[in-house]
Amino acid sequence: MFDFELFGWGILESLYMTLGSTAIAYLIGLPLGILLIVTEQPRDTANYTTKNWIFRIIHVVLGFITNVLRSIPFVILLVFMIPITRGIVGTATGSTAAIVPLVVGAAPYIARLVESSIKEVDKGVIEAARSMGASTGQIIWKVLLPEAKPSLLIGSAIAVTTIFGYTAMAGFVGGGGLGDIGIRYGFHRYQTDIMIVTLILSIIIVQILQEVGMRLAKINDKRIN
Amino acid sequence: MKPIIQINNLGKTFVSKSGDVKALDCINLEIFPGEIFGIIGLSGAGKSTLVRCINFLERPTSGTVQIDGLDLGSLSSNELNIARRNMGMIFQQFNLLMQRTALDNVCFPLELSGVSKRKARERAKELLEIVGLNDKLKAYPSQLSGGQKQRVAIARALATKPNILLCDEATSALDPTTTTATLDLLKKLNQEMRLTIIIITHEMSVVEKVCNRVAIIDDSNICEMGSVNDIFANPKSEAAKRLVFHKKEHDIPFTSKNCYRIIFDGRSSFEPVIANVVLECKAPINIMYADTRNIDGNAVGQMVIQLPDEELAAKRILHYLNNKKIPFEEVKNFV
Repeated sequence: MFDFELFGWGILESLYMTLGSTAIAYLIGLPLGILLIVTEQPRDTANYTTKNWIFRIIHVVLGFITNVLRSIPFVILLVFMIPITRGIVGTATGSTAAIVPLVVGAAPYIARLVESSIKEVDKGVIEAARSMGASTGQIIWKVLLPEAKPSLLIGSAIAVTTIFGYTAMAGFVGGGGLGDIGIRYGFHRYQTDIMIVTLILSIIIVQILQEVGMRLAKINDKRIN
Repeated sequence: MKPIIQINNLGKTFVSKSGDVKALDCINLEIFPGEIFGIIGLSGAGKSTLVRCINFLERPTSGTVQIDGLDLGSLSSNELNIARRNMGMIFQQFNLLMQRTALDNVCFPLELSGVSKRKARERAKELLEIVGLNDKLKAYPSQLSGGQKQRVAIARALATKPNILLCDEATSALDPTTTTATLDLLKKLNQEMRLTIIIITHEMSVVEKVCNRVAIIDDSNICEMGSVNDIFANPKSEAAKRLVFHKKEHDIPFTSKNCYRIIFDGRSSFEPVIANVVLECKAPINIMYADTRNIDGNAVGQMVIQLPDEELAAKRILHYLNNKKIPFEEVKNFV
């Protein structure tokens, strides 16, 4: 039977974990992505100054950390993070606790999405801004981010739907949500009908999140009018 | 007069794994206030690198660039950003901010220099009116044509009231009509604001239309420099000849104007004067009338020739005649 309370809470918990962790992950991933762009140096080291070297080292280190975090399977990260989560949230179970590993898993992913979005900005426009005497900060705030906005929004739609997928695994640490319901009822108790309902609800939620992101991107893109 | 831009022994070498590439070598250049200065060369000659060295978008490997006596190499990055506000720049691909309206694009450099939003908008409106786009304030670049985009770019480049405008192949992406309109606008700005303009191009016709002086750059060096008239009439270097004569060697139309009488006052009959003119100037000549005779090995008499409609080819021929000391005069309405 369709249990409104069960699924209602499931949806709310899923959305809470998804949106909460996406928001926090962006607070980390966005600056990280920008930093990856800003510290990128020409490959050729012949004319390097000290500043070039410092930037290059930062770039390589950040890139490495990002890749390492992205290569850890989320289920393992979830378990591995338990002591750290307990330290931050006070407990390792529940939806709020699940947000911690979700953020750690999503932030590097978001950083790479942001990096690739910003890379799409026309080099000529950046050069024009430099010719007008724009500082690096001004180029980031007034050129890179606004010009990359549509692409960043598409990236965020991808991020939020991927994170929604991650939240399904939060059931392992008692995080709740639709994924948790699917595993507990559908898998452990062989209640296929409940499994199917969670599946359909998940599909609908992902569709909505994706569609909202794409529409926002389209509205905000002044290149096609 | 003191030069507004002074470039001394400028060199730029790009270092790469496959070896060093010398883009510029020992460039010396003086550009004076109010000039329209052309820098022309075939692609790969180094002209784009040169213009980027003028505002230090590319840092030269050697030599100095002085703007109004200020050595750009000695500035901190902050001071350099301020110095750049005195130099507008426009590009082949316009490089407008695609997510900003025409008006906001023009406001952009003003925002960078900390002008209040209200004042920036006022100034931007003024500028868009000067470039003839007062009906496109709210349009996004994607809604504008190439010529209109370049006009927005010009307005934007002038927002901070610079004394210098650098144009990097600014008309190369435009069709001929729009190119002419854009060049006319640049000329107007040059005259009305006493704006010093540096035009980088590979098209001789652009230089011919607007420039006062021109430098021809070939293989990282300036191989020839001088007034546009001189270089067109009498190109000396190989590169200059290639650029000047390259244009339309065939199909130069004639009309009934442009007739000149040349006088043979006793030079050797054995000198093939007309053939030499044609070969030297690479331009056709139409013989309308001839009455010459050979007196003791000397040519005496006159000939009416018609020069091609194309102004530069005609200038070149007249210059050649002058050089060879062959007297000539214009014949009006020769029938």
